[in-house]
Amino acid sequence: MPVITPRKTLTSYDVLIVGSGAGGGMAAYTLTQAGLRVLMLEAGRDYSPEKETPMFQRADQAPLRGTSTPDKPFGFFDATVDGGWTVPNEPYMVRRTGTPGWVEASDWKAKETNQNFMWWRSRMLGGRTNHWGRISLRMGPYDFKPKSRDGLGLDWPIDYKDIEPWYDKTEALVGVFGSNEGLENTPDSLHGSLQPAPKPRGFELLTKKHCTPLGIPVIPSHLAILTKPLNNRAACFYATDCGRGCSIRANFQSTTVLLPPAVETGRLDIITEAMVREVLVGKDGKATGVLYIDRQSGQEERATARVVILAASGCESARILLNSKSGLFPNGLANGSGKVGRYLMDTVGSSLSGHIPALENCPPHNEDGASGMHMYMPWWGYKEQAAGKLGFARGYHIEFGGGRRMPGMGIFNPNDASYGRKFKEEARRYYGSILGFAGRGEMIPNDDSYCELDPDKKDKWGIPVLRFHWKWSDHEKQQAVHMQQTFKTIIESMGGTVMGTVQLDPEKAVMAGGTIIHEVGTTCMGADPKSSVLNQWSQAWECPNLFVTDGGPFASNADKNPTLSIMALAMRSCTYLAEEMKKGNIG
Amino acid sequence: MNDLQLTLSRREALKRVIGLSLALSALELGSAGAAARGIGTDPNLLKKEIPWDRVLTPEEMKIVTVLGDIIIPADENGPAASAVGVPDFINEWVSAPYDAQQKSGKVIRDGLAWIDAESKKRFGKGFADAEAAQQTALLDDIVKEGTAARKAAHSFFTNFRDKVAGGYYSTPEGWKAIGYVGNVPMLEFPGPPPEVLKHLGLA
Repeated sequence: MPVITPRKTLTSYDVLIVGSGAGGGMAAYTLTQAGLRVLMLEAGRDYSPEKETPMFQRADQAPLRGTSTPDKPFGFFDATVDGGWTVPNEPYMVRRTGTPGWVEASDWKAKETNQNFMWWRSRMLGGRTNHWGRISLRMGPYDFKPKSRDGLGLDWPIDYKDIEPWYDKTEALVGVFGSNEGLENTPDSLHGSLQPAPKPRGFELLTKKHCTPLGIPVIPSHLAILTKPLNNRAACFYATDCGRGCSIRANFQSTTVLLPPAVETGRLDIITEAMVREVLVGKDGKATGVLYIDRQSGQEERATARVVILAASGCESARILLNSKSGLFPNGLANGSGKVGRYLMDTVGSSLSGHIPALENCPPHNEDGASGMHMYMPWWGYKEQAAGKLGFARGYHIEFGGGRRMPGMGIFNPNDASYGRKFKEEARRYYGSILGFAGRGEMIPNDDSYCELDPDKKDKWGIPVLRFHWKWSDHEKQQAVHMQQTFKTIIESMGGTVMGTVQLDPEKAVMAGGTIIHEVGTTCMGADPKSSVLNQWSQAWECPNLFVTDGGPFASNADKNPTLSIMALAMRSCTYLAEEMKKGNIG
Repeated sequence: MNDLQLTLSRREALKRVIGLSLALSALELGSAGAAARGIGTDPNLLKKEIPWDRVLTPEEMKIVTVLGDIIIPADENGPAASAVGVPDFINEWVSAPYDAQQKSGKVIRDGLAWIDAESKKRFGKGFADAEAAQQTALLDDIVKEGTAARKAAHSFFTNFRDKVAGGYYSTPEGWKAIGYVGNVPMLEFPGPPPEVLKHLGLA
């Protein structure tokens, strides 16, 4: 990636973008295509998937056979650079059960934490798009007007038909496989933007066979992985785990799909190792640029533009706004409503594994496939819910996986007494017979879940850090219990045995906030400037040349992973912005 | 220090002092104390570099090797554990500076000491030097429900076996032994072949 030092920046740009991930990358792509000059600032280091991804390395080619460690919580080969549940020199404050007051977040195992919130960050060009799961589900019509449907939470100021063309364009650019199944609130891609899904794995077909009589649909998943070549990117070769990144550009990462064409226009400059502290504002209340710290020299630098876009991820962008205090904006830029940092949402997550005897002694065959699940279960409980039978609002989808993965630590054997020849036979027998089920559900925004600046703590560069307030409502807790019951039913209907405990205590069934790494809502869009930060274009009500294009604008966090929607919204917002800039209405 | 300065040139003394301070500044103190550097948050993923020293003694390694090969011996499905680097992997694991590996390492090292002492008690020889039949007799006692040996050493056994298995099956020989045939590029994903569908009752 061409990277220039601060001394080589132009004196001014059309647009300055903070963050290089899904929202920042899509903003840069859209704006440079429209002919605008863009400067992108990325806090982390330059990173090249083509050069750095370990595509075929085995587990024995990694320290500790690639197992999860505090330095690399998602395993050695995970693409995350300088990140995880803690980032060196960049603390955040949380509550810990049993400890009074605020403490610095320190846990690195999300499943064992007693922190109220876990915050995953990486510090690299392309951000979390380098290691994400590639799950790309469209939000449905219900998800844009949830309050109108059941009286809870917030409505978006747009609906599905406003964003549908942008989903079409985003899927076609990013490269998403999937199918159209005509299911409720599970939108089909009607304009040919999906690539064909790969064939299901054996255990996926077996699971489907047992889910169908339970009324649970099992359909092809939608993953941002190519099954056909696209725009000079190769199709997947069905081997390497996507979390490592992809050197052949077969899966979606901002670094390989959005930034290269943007740079190729000659209109994008990128500076890495640039930690933005605040947005600068002129006397007229318009943004003029940002103040950032060069992480290598520790020096303060400024960058100037006609328009500023924050896309540093939901919580980081909120943090920047809260740190951008001035006479005109004493509570932070664009925060007259008090809603910056508010309505923080994550996805409801709960999981359960099972040992499935029917999968034992399977004839050896290659089950790698396209990394993630080839099939999934979209929410099926709409009618039961409408009849008042469920005891919680909203719903969840199910992701599942397991089977014959690349061996590492954790070879399964339920017989704790065997060794020798018998142990070797058992290893072969039980290999591939474990499946894991994970629910991904909708959280309703509430007044007790938000981030704000900590009054005392600062990071290495003296920038005030965030502290996190978090509360799950009874809806999310009951939803998680329903997930556990459902997984138990599926596993047992397959003739399997649950591994571990089925967690039916609502206080324990749902994982800590932030664990699913879908933080959205911190700069929500709305129809009313008094109760929202942004308008339908993700434009700040109080600062018309300031936009936010990460997950912050979300007014709801549906049971659909947010990244595809982040990109579709960013493309829509930036297309609008470019037109308005050309007309002279903005900037 | 005074003696050095008397017998060495100033230049040589200075070199040694600088060298020592550089070495000290390169150490990052992990949870295990001095000289315990972890992988770091930005390692080169294309290289396997173990920055920590191995801690097991030669005597411990002898027991690790013998016990590892009893747990995973050579047969028609693959070589013994020691043929594919498992003993060194156990050493790598218990020497790692992270809390989880340190905890596991304590269980393992205490267990190695126990099994060696128990073998001396029963057979008059250390575990690595005992007869094969004696070794398996002791192991059978450890895995049998209700025995004193089980009480003392079963969690050591399961912990150790788990590490041996992970170390073994993650190698190319281990892949062959367990039946993993992936990690190869393909043009299309073919889905399960007919014999698999039949096995799963889906044909």
